[in-house]
Amino acid sequence: MAIKTEPFVINIGPVHPSTHGVFRMRATLDGEVILDMEPVFGYLHRGIEKLAEGRTYTQNIPFTDRLDYLASMSNNLAYVMAVEKLAGISIPERAEYLRVIMAELQRIASHLIGVGAFLNDCGAFMTPFLYMFREREKILDLFEMVCGQRLTYNYMRIGGVSQDIPEEFLPALDKFVRQMPSFIDEYDQLLAENEILLARAKGVGILPKELAISISASGPVLRGSGVKWDIRKADPYSVYDRFQFDIPIGSTGDTYDRYWVRIQEMRQSVRIIKQAMEQLPPGEVLTEVPHSLHPPVGEVYGHIEAPRGELGFYLVSDNSIAPYRFHVRPPTLINLTALRDMMIGWKIADAVIIFGSIDICLAEVDR
Amino acid sequence: MTLALSGEDVAAKLEPQFPGSIIESRGNNLLVKSESLFDLASFLKTAPGLDFDYLTSITAVDYYDYFEVVYHLTSIKHNHSLVVKTRCYGRDNPTVPSVVSLWRGADFQEREIYDLMGISFDGHPNLKRIFLWEGFQGHPLRKDYL
Repeated sequence: MAIKTEPFVINIGPVHPSTHGVFRMRATLDGEVILDMEPVFGYLHRGIEKLAEGRTYTQNIPFTDRLDYLASMSNNLAYVMAVEKLAGISIPERAEYLRVIMAELQRIASHLIGVGAFLNDCGAFMTPFLYMFREREKILDLFEMVCGQRLTYNYMRIGGVSQDIPEEFLPALDKFVRQMPSFIDEYDQLLAENEILLARAKGVGILPKELAISISASGPVLRGSGVKWDIRKADPYSVYDRFQFDIPIGSTGDTYDRYWVRIQEMRQSVRIIKQAMEQLPPGEVLTEVPHSLHPPVGEVYGHIEAPRGELGFYLVSDNSIAPYRFHVRPPTLINLTALRDMMIGWKIADAVIIFGSIDICLAEVDR
Repeated sequence: MTLALSGEDVAAKLEPQFPGSIIESRGNNLLVKSESLFDLASFLKTAPGLDFDYLTSITAVDYYDYFEVVYHLTSIKHNHSLVVKTRCYGRDNPTVPSVVSLWRGADFQEREIYDLMGISFDGHPNLKRIFLWEGFQGHPLRKDYL
């Protein structure tokens, strides 16, 4: 006699170690196999877009720190660049270079968390995560030197950056960029050919190239699927066109490729920082911008390649001191569109690592 | 550099196919009638030379008299971009056609606009609130929501 079975629904999250914040996956299962999955979010919705419409352009910079708090520098950069485009402000060259250095350091720090948390999800509990934290700590020390903060930096300003780097910064940065490649080699030694990681991640949660484009994926999720698309190259901003670097891409679009792309991007970021240090010009770091900035009537869409994908700010100005509309294009919310497609047919243990491979930050998803 | 296509050039390509559906073209913007938005969008996505395969972002702005829905389109193939806008009127049930069947990336973004701005997307497969809970009154991003 056949056993009668029926699918059942379980909630993974909102509070669960593998959801990286408050996120819920409402999964329909047949035994261990996922038949359907609905992501549920909004637990961290703070209404930042609405709040920003009531504050001046400068007052909104700290809000951007609190979007993707693992990549605050990148958020700062995307926002101030959008405002500068809107108001037609040009900034000193030294500030451009400092911004690039900070953004690339931030990419390394963010990928370290992304990869570390992904490996946590794979079951390598805490060991690789703490290896990665060792290096991230050094980046946070560097950030602390320049702005006194270790998480929400609020370092960039409309017109440049808040202050020049202190004397001890460049020697410390130099030491870091000389050490970092050997640390990445160490990760590769431990992980790249690790049998358990390959068995868990290779071929799992495949996101085909066409689907990745259709769902508007960006960042390592898009490039893991083999699409050579990086805003730094496709639409160069700041001074990125002066540096040489490659865009690593994956071949199959599985979870391993997304992991691999992040590791390679860290190597490229180190390359960019080295070049930026060599070219760093002397001079001012902040142009004078009126205290109550009111940009001319108009609108702007500014975007950058943040660690997690294309971060865009759509601002509408009505010539007042606050933006009329402040919209964030959140890369991780849009990357999550692919989650259901990637998960269906896989087991619940794989669901955790497929989700981890997207590397989301709920504060940005929910805003 | 991503080339921002001129709205006028694109309008000239669209006009013979969709007479009267383009209201205005300025800079790299194209303002179109909401009735013809879906047909125009599918043309923009597939027409050779345009190939807007990537929907970068959708958002909406409340201008009191009307809502403007803004689509940022990009072509990864040709590395160019275009901004398409459409307007919908009335505050009770403003509606525009959904583009989820063209670009799946519109799914969560249209739900977000529905949730926070209160614009319905005709043809969306799963139009419900995304951040706020079912039963929440009002749409916070509207200008008259205080």
